[in-house]
Amino acid sequence: MTTRKLKKLKLKKLIWLFIALCLPLQSARAVLTIEITEGVEGALPMAIVPFAWEGANLPPREDVTAVIAGDLSRSGRFAPLPEEDLVARPHEAAQVNFQNWRIMGVDNLLIGKIRASSPGNYVVQFELFDVFKAKRLVGFNIPANDANLRYVAHQVSNIVYEALTGERGAFNTRIAYVTVNKKLMGPNKYFLYVADADGYNPREILASPRELISPSWSPDGQKLAYVSFEKNYSEIYIHDIRKGIRRRIARYPGHNGAPSWSPDGTQLAIVLSKRRKNDRSNFNIYIYTLKTKQLKRLTKHWAIDTYPIWTPDGKFIVFTSDRSGRPQIYKIPLSGGRAERLTFEGKENDRPVLSPDGKYLAMVQSGGGRSQIAVLDLVYGSLRVVTDGSLDESPSFAPNGSMIIYATNLDNKGVLSAVSVDGRVQTFIRETNGDVREPAWSPFIKQQP
Amino acid sequence: MNIFNQQVAIFKKIAILIVPVVVLWGCESTPDEKVDTSADAVKVDSGATPSGMDQDAGATARPMTEAKKHPLDDPSSMLADRTIYFDFDKNDIKDEFRDVIKAHADFLSSNPSAKVSIEGHADERGTREYNIGLGDRRANAVRQLLVLQGASSGQVDTISYCEERPAALGHDESSWSQNRRAEIVYTSR
Repeated sequence: MTTRKLKKLKLKKLIWLFIALCLPLQSARAVLTIEITEGVEGALPMAIVPFAWEGANLPPREDVTAVIAGDLSRSGRFAPLPEEDLVARPHEAAQVNFQNWRIMGVDNLLIGKIRASSPGNYVVQFELFDVFKAKRLVGFNIPANDANLRYVAHQVSNIVYEALTGERGAFNTRIAYVTVNKKLMGPNKYFLYVADADGYNPREILASPRELISPSWSPDGQKLAYVSFEKNYSEIYIHDIRKGIRRRIARYPGHNGAPSWSPDGTQLAIVLSKRRKNDRSNFNIYIYTLKTKQLKRLTKHWAIDTYPIWTPDGKFIVFTSDRSGRPQIYKIPLSGGRAERLTFEGKENDRPVLSPDGKYLAMVQSGGGRSQIAVLDLVYGSLRVVTDGSLDESPSFAPNGSMIIYATNLDNKGVLSAVSVDGRVQTFIRETNGDVREPAWSPFIKQQP
Repeated sequence: MNIFNQQVAIFKKIAILIVPVVVLWGCESTPDEKVDTSADAVKVDSGATPSGMDQDAGATARPMTEAKKHPLDDPSSMLADRTIYFDFDKNDIKDEFRDVIKAHADFLSSNPSAKVSIEGHADERGTREYNIGLGDRRANAVRQLLVLQGASSGQVDTISYCEERPAALGHDESSWSQNRRAEIVYTSR
């Protein structure tokens, strides 16, 4: 390289630096879009009639019916008829002709209306019918306003879902995730977000110039624990997302990682690599008690022990360990003792998560340069690979156990995907700029926004 | 590190790059080969510190015209080699890197004030926290060998960054093999 070329290069660098200093920070706001990519076999056909608007002014901006239809079809359990196929548009029970709907082959019919009670305030009324029995299953009036109309729409989805499946709906829950955009001009490239389970209302919780990993929800859905490298070394924080305040709970020499909340919310399982006397660090699982700040070592092994999670009864820790040579999943009593190996199929199994009822163990299974999400039925012992990407990771169960959200790659970009536990339905959640990763599905949240 | 520090670091880096250019411009008679060597030296220097740390910032204070180069700034020295590569899922040090580690151990033992941080990295396969474990093992393997060969344990720190700071961005073995590495970063000399 000649000096002239070299100088040119430096000049270019300086110009870029100048631009970087002068430009206002590029917006890092995440915009998520959700799409269902595959037709779903075995989904129940149903009809959802657009809710009527009864008010003197314009209807609210939020399309309540679209929110409900989106929820129900994404669950993989229902296949709403396309709107153009609706044979009639009843809004109350007296207008329903069940014979019409039987001919259309739908099992269930959802109708309703939105009434203006005062400016900005509404009553959402809906009724769900069994078409073949010509019977009303549920019906409610729910007060709503401009601010919580999406929340109320998800509430309707929850009621419909539970009436038809017997399972609690999880449409009013949230997902936490990390977005990464290394091309951003500002110092921050990593962002921790919380959005509604359908990807709406993304809210930035934290921005950092360096890695943010392993977010974990507190059982009350109010706090997130995570690992931040913002100071160029790892630390574990607990972040109150409602109050916007956080505190550091671990900054030991070596790695501080993989926090996981106990079911009662009083303790966290974490991973530390505190160096031992023999001058070798190793990764072990510790139990940290929030109230007393007391730390108790649980595993004592030279292997890498990581990704601890709690069984729903709070009595065992399930974790990854490579004590057999490759990462596999183990289980150890909280009181200590012998670790029992849980996975034998698959070259490597890592990052376990348990379904809320404790019956299914999902994990990242790797071999031959690919990794996918596998689900082990802990009752019957059968294992099923439920995804078909090449770099699938970070599984997290919906709080009703129906879906698993995970991180994958699509067109060389990090995206989130949700798959039903039986692998039938799959949806993708993309971020418009940058990569999305490390999803964590919240528990059921009691309070509404 | 906040944005101000980052920019200072960038300025320092640019200064490192610009100083030799200016110096060389000063002496028109310098043969072209010399210019090339200097450009290479710049390349080697920045190549050895891909993580963006400003550990070589001290070099800016040192006049480049000085007759005798600091051994850490000499691109022909074995000390210019600061990256140790590993096989998949492995943390044992391959024979080809033993001489490099020996050179750094010798330097550390004869320069007690020098300090290094060994940064462990993994390729993108595998989960992040497990990869941090793997990176830590690699960093520790280098650390142990340095200490075994004369560095004092207080001189050698380790840190692991999992797969987040790749040296190569591809999704195949040729990139992965460059990312499974431990980097020797001088934090003081």
